This record gives sequence, structure tokens and C-alpha cells, in this order.
Amino acid sequence: MTITWTSAAPAVLAAFLSSLVEAVEALTIVLSVATVRGWRPAGLGALAGLASLALIVLALGPLLDRVPLHALQLVIGVLLLLFGMRWLRKAILRAAGVIPLHDEALTFATETAALREQARHHGTRLDWLAGLASCKAMLLEGLEVVFVVIAVGGGSGLLVPASIGALAACALVAALGFAMHRPLARVPENTLKFTVGVMLSAFGVFWTGEGLGVPWPGEDLAILGFAALFLIAAVAAVRLVRPPAVKALP
Amino acid sequence: MKTLINIFRELTGLFIDDGLFALAIGVVVVLAAIVAAIAPAVPIAAGVVLLVGCLGVLLGNVTSTGIR
Repeated sequence: MTITWTSAAPAVLAAFLSSLVEAVEALTIVLSVATVRGWRPAGLGALAGLASLALIVLALGPLLDRVPLHALQLVIGVLLLLFGMRWLRKAILRAAGVIPLHDEALTFATETAALREQARHHGTRLDWLAGLASCKAMLLEGLEVVFVVIAVGGGSGLLVPASIGALAACALVAALGFAMHRPLARVPENTLKFTVGVMLSAFGVFWTGEGLGVPWPGEDLAILGFAALFLIAAVAAVRLVRPPAVKALP
Repeated sequence: MKTLINIFRELTGLFIDDGLFALAIGVVVVLAAIVAAIAPAVPIAAGVVLLVGCLGVLLGNVTSTGIR
């Protein structure tokens, strides 16, 4: 299968941006573990999480080739709709001020406080608990990254470009996080989630349609059209839902 | 065991946050599949149902949540 720029670019971008968000979230928890208990449990936990993730990918990866293409497209499409539209819904509500923005600095403070509280109760067992927290964060956020890579690349032979996008994002966040030794609180997470939500929802409609046998006009280019429609709808929704500004009294 | 249950819960949470929202998306997909099955001569009709349905579900859910 020939990989064209028009088909690969959206997959690489969607994988890169969504992995960026997930990597920032994982880094926050690993850093809070490292702050409270040091780098040993944080690093070992993160490595254990990555090893579990690698095992899952190695065990389940070959199964992808055995699933009929239309069934795979339909399942991935529906999961992408659920995943992407969930992100987009939350990003719209956050952008409109209906629910508070996700705050990495606050998450870091909360995780650190929780670990310190556990330290008072569990004493020496805390290294295990801290390592487990680091492992769980890496495993869960990593699973999201793997899902997005499979979802945007699996149905169209774009697994390699999507994986490169995801790995580039993870490497970038890891390098920045370890250089700065603090959470990346200035990443515009809601803007990223808004963008990724739009892209994943567009991919979801495309793959679900392909799975149902819909011949989309323009083939892969239809994804860009769907993304434009989701973007217009999302921006309109933000304006519609945003509470009116309270005018100051003279 | 508790950790495994938590991990399972978090995995489900990746796809389902608001139950009604997820259900509505499922209904749109089922409707599109029904249209694809009963109108195979016009396969694009299922695509239209899917696209318009998803946009409608998103706008409907967000506006109702915002009003609440």
C-alpha cells in the first residue's frame, strides 16, 4: 500500500498531539512520585509500566492482522467515536467555562499530598505504593497512546507513521520533563484536547462509515472535511454554552 | 484485586464518561447500520446519518449539560 502525505499527515498529527497530552499526564504523576520518594521507585514503577505495556502490545498486536478489515474498521471507528467525542465534549465544556480546566500543577500538588499522607500511614511500604502509582500512570496513559496509534493507523496501513508521531511526542515530553524536573503546566492542554477531539471524532466517523461500507466522497480527504465540520460545531457549541459575562455595575 | 478493579474502571472511563452521551453515540451507529442494511443502493445515506447524528449528539449533549 502506498502511503500518501494526505493520508499520513492527519494520522501522524493526531497521534502526536494526543500522545503529547497523555505523556504530560503520565509525567506529572511520575514526577510527584519522584518528588516524595525519589527517582528509584518512580523510575522502577515507570519502567514496570512500560514493560507491561510492551507485553500487551506484543501479545495483542499480531491479532490485528487476523481480524477482517471491515470488522476492524467498524470496531476501531466506534471506539474512536466514543473516545474522541468524549474528549471533544469535555474540551468544549472546559473552553466554555462550564467545568474547570485541567490543571497539571494542581494534579501534581494533589498527587504529592496524597503520597505524603500515605507515607504517614504505611511507612516503609510506601516505596511499593509509590512505584505502583508510577507504574499505573505509565500503563494507563500508555494504553491510551497505543489505542490512538492503532485507531488512527491500524485500519489504513499507517501504523508506522502513527507510531513515529506518538514516540516523538513521548520523547519530547520526557526530555522536557526530565530537564525541567517539574510538571509541564504551561502546555495548553485544553486546546490540544480540543484539536485532538476534533481529529479523532473525524477519524471515528470515517472508519465507522468504512466499516459499514460507506463510499466516502474524496476517500481519505473526507477526514479533513469531517474535521472541519466537527470544528465548526465545537466552536459554535462553545459560544452557545458559554455563560453570559456579568457586566460591572457603574 | 482492588487495583485491578480500579484499572478496569479507568480503562472503561477512557471511552465512557457520560453514560447517556455514549448511549446516544451507540444509537447513531446502530441507526446508520440499519440504513446501510435497508438501503444498500444508496450507501452514502448511512454515512449522512452517521455524520449528522454524531454532530447532533455532540451539540445536544453539550448544550443540555451547559444549561444544567
